[in-house]
Amino acid sequence: MTSTQNRVRRRNGPLPTFHVRGPILGFLARRPLLRFLARRILVAILLAWGITLVTFVLTNLVPGDPVAANLGQRAVGDPVAVAQWRAEHGLDKSLPQQYLLFLEGLLHGDLGTSQQSHRPVSEDLAEFVPATLELAGAAILVSLVLGVAFGLIAALRRDRLADHVLRMLSLIGVSVPTFWLALLAFYVFFYRLQLTPGSGRVDPAIGAPPPVTGLHTVDAALAGRWDIFTSALGHLIVPALVLSLYTIGLLTRFTRSAVLEVLGQDYVRAGRAKGLSGRVILFRYVLRSALVPIITVAGLAFGSLLSGTVLVEAIFAWQGVGQYAYKSATALDLPAIMGVGLVVSGVYLAINLLVDVLYGVIDPRVRLR
Amino acid sequence: MSQLPLAVKRLSVTVKRLPAALRRLPEAWRRPQAVAGAVVALAWLLVAAAAPLLAPYDPLAQELPRLAEPGPGHWFGTDQLGRDILSRVLYGARVSIPLTLLLVALSVLIGGFLGGVAGYFGRWADEVIMRFADLVFAFPTIILAMVVAAALGASLTNAVLAVLVVAWASYARVGRGLVLAVREREFVLSGRLLGFSVWRSLRVDVLPNVVGPVLVLATLDMGTALLLLSGLSFLGLGAKPPSAEWGAMVASGMEVFDSWWVATFPGLAILTVVLAFNFLGDTLRDALDPRTARAVKERAL
Repeated sequence: MTSTQNRVRRRNGPLPTFHVRGPILGFLARRPLLRFLARRILVAILLAWGITLVTFVLTNLVPGDPVAANLGQRAVGDPVAVAQWRAEHGLDKSLPQQYLLFLEGLLHGDLGTSQQSHRPVSEDLAEFVPATLELAGAAILVSLVLGVAFGLIAALRRDRLADHVLRMLSLIGVSVPTFWLALLAFYVFFYRLQLTPGSGRVDPAIGAPPPVTGLHTVDAALAGRWDIFTSALGHLIVPALVLSLYTIGLLTRFTRSAVLEVLGQDYVRAGRAKGLSGRVILFRYVLRSALVPIITVAGLAFGSLLSGTVLVEAIFAWQGVGQYAYKSATALDLPAIMGVGLVVSGVYLAINLLVDVLYGVIDPRVRLR
Repeated sequence: MSQLPLAVKRLSVTVKRLPAALRRLPEAWRRPQAVAGAVVALAWLLVAAAAPLLAPYDPLAQELPRLAEPGPGHWFGTDQLGRDILSRVLYGARVSIPLTLLLVALSVLIGGFLGGVAGYFGRWADEVIMRFADLVFAFPTIILAMVVAAALGASLTNAVLAVLVVAWASYARVGRGLVLAVREREFVLSGRLLGFSVWRSLRVDVLPNVVGPVLVLATLDMGTALLLLSGLSFLGLGAKPPSAEWGAMVASGMEVFDSWWVATFPGLAILTVVLAFNFLGDTLRDALDPRTARAVKERAL
């Protein structure tokens, strides 16, 4: 509800009026879709800058002493070692200076060195981000297909048995604690039934496929190693399903209300009156309009998926960003925490930008306002 | 448990407001889904209040046989330290439910206040507050909460603070939208023209018109807050080990994997509480949501 309101607010908000039209602005003014995209990208860049500021401030508000967390007991007692460590990590400079240094490094793709793994944070992230994207991507795919299908069924069978059952199921879906469900699924499918392989991303006896995208299933398919593909898919299925339950519930509810709203519109009635077939009305009239709010929610749902991965990864020992974030947060590994915060919110931002773009493509009204 | 008196006070405030809400939403409250939700939620509140009377054992005493299967004597079994899980689940209600209520109450107050200010005053107040809200929304919740919790140090209070950091923003957004819609209405303007101060106008004219939807959101948010809070405890960033917090109990069940009952029952407790509040909030939202209401009306025509 909040997201839709916000989008409506953004849609209706005043457009910037260009008093002096340079060549670029004039060009954009004649192309509403491009202008729309340019505005969205500008907003995204501003938000990204805000994110760097927030991550930096948050991690520097830490009352816990990173020195104590990272140097051994004996080294903390040694002022020379402490000073050296602080200088090495730039902690002896003033905060604004540290922020500028951090920004400068960031522009060069340098996120600092993890105090835990003693590797560049960017290297760590390059290893862990694809794993999480594979998990979250599979989950969002499943939830889009099932959520939209369930929502459609619920809307078309409104107030009948199917609607009530789906309503209950989707409410249960958004109420289940993900970490608990993951644990139960692990217990039932792996431990009891031995249907699925256990933790990790792929059977260690087979090994990971040659890295191209970092997504094991895709890489295995690219390399033509179907044995790896089966193993990776087997490892992926249960965590992805567990993760998707919440978003399936969310999307079912939203699709239902979006479709119901469109079904009440005059043009749908007009379509019926002129004798269009049910399928044409459903897919061309109803689903296309309903897709706009659905896509918005799907974008937001992706954020909740990224949150869910932290918990699911912990149980399935999935070597992804969630695990990395957890380890670095508990060890107060500041560069790593900042790196995770930046990358994850960056991904989230990119998804929301994509949602905005799709929005403009699907619904021409958005661009014209 | 030290937060209990405060939570009880908030609870009594909520209960006093209930009759008004009941009169306003009679149809919604009579639906089976809402009744089921209300009954389960009330049952849990009772459990939280009467845990010492209901629990057969001391939740912290490690005196029973370890990892006993569920059966007569220990309906939910015992954990790896020989504690009765039923007693721990019952006592867990005293940790999780008051904290969740407190958390939601605080986010309603802070977020609602900021959103109200943003909507009512507009201009730079609006810009500053809402851009902060945007920033909070730009982070996946648990990651932001995790960083805050880790930075403050693992404890239940800090976990509540961490969730608060992410939870206020949605109330700010909704509150702002609602206030914006009311701000220009005649009765608000005439109040101002009659010489109401800003705060009086906000309190007398604006507040009663926005409180309903915000309370519905709060009901729905109870579930989210509890899930986030127990999730943080599950990760070890909330309740400390001996405490009978449900998320932490699920985490301890992970250590003794083949004794399924250790993790299952506390998880079921979380599920039922969240489900109860979602059942309630969902029906209430349907009663409020103008879009659904419109769809219903058009169908009736």
